[in-house]
Amino acid sequence: MILLGAVLTQILHLALMFVLAPVVVGLIRLIKARLLGRQGPPVLQVWRDLLRLLRKQPVLAENASFVFTAAPVAGLAAIAAAAALVPSFALGMVTASLSDLIVLAGLLALARCTLALAAMDVGTSFGGIGASREMTFAVFAEPALLMVFFTFALLAGSTNLDLIAELLREGTLGVRVSLGLALLATTAVAIAETGRIPVDNPASHLELTMVHEAMILEYSGRHLALIEFAAALKLLLWLTLIAALFFPFGAAAPGAGPLAWAGGIAAWIAKLLVLAGALAWLETSLAKMRIFRVPEYLAVALLLGVLAAVFLFVSTGFV
Amino acid sequence: MAFAIGPHVKGLGFPIHAVTAAICGCGALIALGCLLAGLSPATLALPFGLPGVGMTLGIDTLSAFFLLLLFTSATACAVYSLHPHGTEQARTLPFFPPFIGAMALTLIAADGWSLVFGFELMSLASWAMVLARPDEAESRDAALLYLGMAAFGAACLIPMIGLLAPAAGDLRFAAMRAAAPGGWRATAILALVLLGAGSKAGLVPLHVWLPLAHPAAPSHVSALMSGAMTKVALYVIIRVVFDLCGPAQPMWWAVPLLAAGAASAVLGALRANTEPDTKSVLAASTIEHVGFIAIGLGIALAARAADLSSLAALALGGALLHALNHGVFKTLLFLGAGAAQTGAGTRLLSRLGGLIHPMPVTTACVLVGAAALAALPPLSGFASEWLLFQSVLAAPRIGGLGLQVLVTIVAALMALAAGLAAAAAVRLVGVAFLGRPRTPRAAAAEEADRPARIAMIGLAILTLLLGLFPGPVLSLAEPALRRLVSGGMADRAGLLAIAAQDDSAGYAAPGIALLLGLFVAATIWIVRRHAVAGELRGPAWDCGFAAPPAWLPFGDPATQYSGASFSEPLRRTLGASILAAREDVGFVRPGDPAPARLTVQARDPAFTFLFDPLAAAREKLSGFADRMQFLTIRRTLSVMFIALVLFLIIVAWLEAT
Repeated sequence: MILLGAVLTQILHLALMFVLAPVVVGLIRLIKARLLGRQGPPVLQVWRDLLRLLRKQPVLAENASFVFTAAPVAGLAAIAAAAALVPSFALGMVTASLSDLIVLAGLLALARCTLALAAMDVGTSFGGIGASREMTFAVFAEPALLMVFFTFALLAGSTNLDLIAELLREGTLGVRVSLGLALLATTAVAIAETGRIPVDNPASHLELTMVHEAMILEYSGRHLALIEFAAALKLLLWLTLIAALFFPFGAAAPGAGPLAWAGGIAAWIAKLLVLAGALAWLETSLAKMRIFRVPEYLAVALLLGVLAAVFLFVSTGFV
Repeated sequence: MAFAIGPHVKGLGFPIHAVTAAICGCGALIALGCLLAGLSPATLALPFGLPGVGMTLGIDTLSAFFLLLLFTSATACAVYSLHPHGTEQARTLPFFPPFIGAMALTLIAADGWSLVFGFELMSLASWAMVLARPDEAESRDAALLYLGMAAFGAACLIPMIGLLAPAAGDLRFAAMRAAAPGGWRATAILALVLLGAGSKAGLVPLHVWLPLAHPAAPSHVSALMSGAMTKVALYVIIRVVFDLCGPAQPMWWAVPLLAAGAASAVLGALRANTEPDTKSVLAASTIEHVGFIAIGLGIALAARAADLSSLAALALGGALLHALNHGVFKTLLFLGAGAAQTGAGTRLLSRLGGLIHPMPVTTACVLVGAAALAALPPLSGFASEWLLFQSVLAAPRIGGLGLQVLVTIVAALMALAAGLAAAAAVRLVGVAFLGRPRTPRAAAAEEADRPARIAMIGLAILTLLLGLFPGPVLSLAEPALRRLVSGGMADRAGLLAIAAQDDSAGYAAPGIALLLGLFVAATIWIVRRHAVAGELRGPAWDCGFAAPPAWLPFGDPATQYSGASFSEPLRRTLGASILAAREDVGFVRPGDPAPARLTVQARDPAFTFLFDPLAAAREKLSGFADRMQFLTIRRTLSVMFIALVLFLIIVAWLEAT
């Protein structure tokens, strides 16, 4: 019975993640447009664009190799695998024992590296710009993220995401200064990783300022659809991760029934709405920063992460 | 000497490498068999060796584990060399089998003399191969620096053995274990082994020779030097610190290992992003991985001192597994770089590019190796780095605020190094193997010959297997872990998953691989069903730049990102502070036909802070000695008189005590 529940929640979780990912991107675009006083496209526009792209024949550069055509699939698979590990509305899914935080970081790195390699494949300068910048940002984002994971590992005694979410949901860890610092660090890393303002502008049309968009300039058709979908899924994954780590209330316990799932889904969607609104508000109120300011910005995130861990050592709560 | 032998032994290349490959393959199988059968430690006393004493050989699980690594790497290197790759390979032929033999001797030595003998033989044989191109100043300089470092290592290791040997002068390991050192002697031994073997392993600050000497040798030798020789040095550290010094050592012993390890990890990974040629990138990345292993050893030492045997086993197991994984994928990458050098005639990133089209097999193998180097799941590098990260994350349990803060910083630096390694891997593959060819020679590259392809494919498959099944590999080292840190990983290293703690979820590599495979299959299925099939080919879009004219068939190769431009953001941020990197842009006036030039300078901090002052001191000392040579007779006599008096005083003092 528990296994059946685990399988059902897993399938439902994946289906919801896949369906909602483009919707969340559309929602953020809509909120941003409204905040800027524009009408904005409908929420489902992203889905329509993706389906349209899927029906278009791609144009490949003459010297594109198998890396170029395989990267969208591999990148999407890595993000989807990571998305399968992050609990959204229910704990104790089938992948609960796999959902390690460091594995999660590894899968995101896998997606990043495949896309960066694909960007270098055709040998255009914009692809190189995007790949170089993306990898540079990751160099600074990874230590900050690991410090956050370090904090949670100290608190929960494990890096298993499902276990941490469970402990947090029960409230046994309490409210701590460290968690506040870790939230700030995670948010900063998430913004950099998903390519949002102030690190990167997803709606940029100026090539020299692009990061993510510069990497995928050569893509078209179904390949582009896969990459855009993976980017949307990655954004939803980060929002869900932040919700699971810092706002753990409302998720259904392992082995709970469909009623608890419904409550969990409602809570999850409410959290997503709040986070998406906050992100849209943040993006409209900030300007994009210069490329060489980004390492400084991420260094601040790293500092916050280190502080979060050190606070645990000096506080009496940690043996 | 090698250069006189070289041309004559050219025809011997195939048989010698074939026999070496066969012997090493058997050696690897025997080592694996020993590990699987769970052999009990055995020693063998030989009547020759040190006059009057003989030599003692022995094998236990730790030796067998490193022998497995050595012979696996050596088999691949020997198979790779079955087909001749240039004259350098013929020149190094007489030294290649002795090099492997010397490493094996170091690993099976059971007395101090054989250990040092094997170690120094290994240094000398590899030095002769670093000097493969004596007509090039770079090669000579690298060999000289390497020889100096090897001599320094010997100067540290020989007194270390003297300190380890108990009063009776018995050099056997068993006698050393029975009388484990303590107090200042133990401290001196730690310092000497870290300097002596650490300089060979490439620990900061004695790492500077690696990016110079490893690439100077022919590729199959570089592969062995990076993949196996650094591990032999790490074996010596583990043997001395964990085994011969006994279990009762203080906790601060972890601090130098952690500090040197973290510094090596960051500095090596950063230099891997700035080096201009494929093989020095790989050599710099070796420094990073040796640093990771040293961090694991440090955590294991601290945990053992605190009687946390389960954590100590996790850290030491991670270190051993990472040594094996790194040995395999670094050998693969060096052989790949060698194949690119043979195929495209250069190892400079600025002259390569687009090798994926003429060399698809080599590129695919290098991709696997680079993904392992970048610690991407589900490959081997990720599995062992996961264990090392887990041990660092659990290390605060050892206690003490100082250690906790140190461990926090080490963890952040490890993550920084992992990020840098990923950037270096993307740079290496992206610039050398992807993109457009930067020279006509690279455009006309040839795929690697059959033996080289076999060696690389074998290593790539091994990298995949090691990544998918880290648990069984860990259990091979189980007896060694039990003996060295009195704790094991057996209950945490299953076939399907490895865990950091008992009864807890961990990293299930097959599960992750299955998940990835499922999503790849599902994506392909959906695309096949719902998307339009086929694709068009056209000139690259490149934001509307015109297609290249007929006389530039690859476009202008200089318009794509080069190795130097890829690392520019890192050079400006981290490089400016750590490597003192400077950029000079030489713009020219409008109308001047001279090209604008960008000059990049970077300097390893070890040169600035250690080797330059040392060189200055040596210069000063030799100037002083010069003055002594031209003293007046009166002064010479008084110097001799003072020396005599001092000598007599010392003799008198020794007599008195």
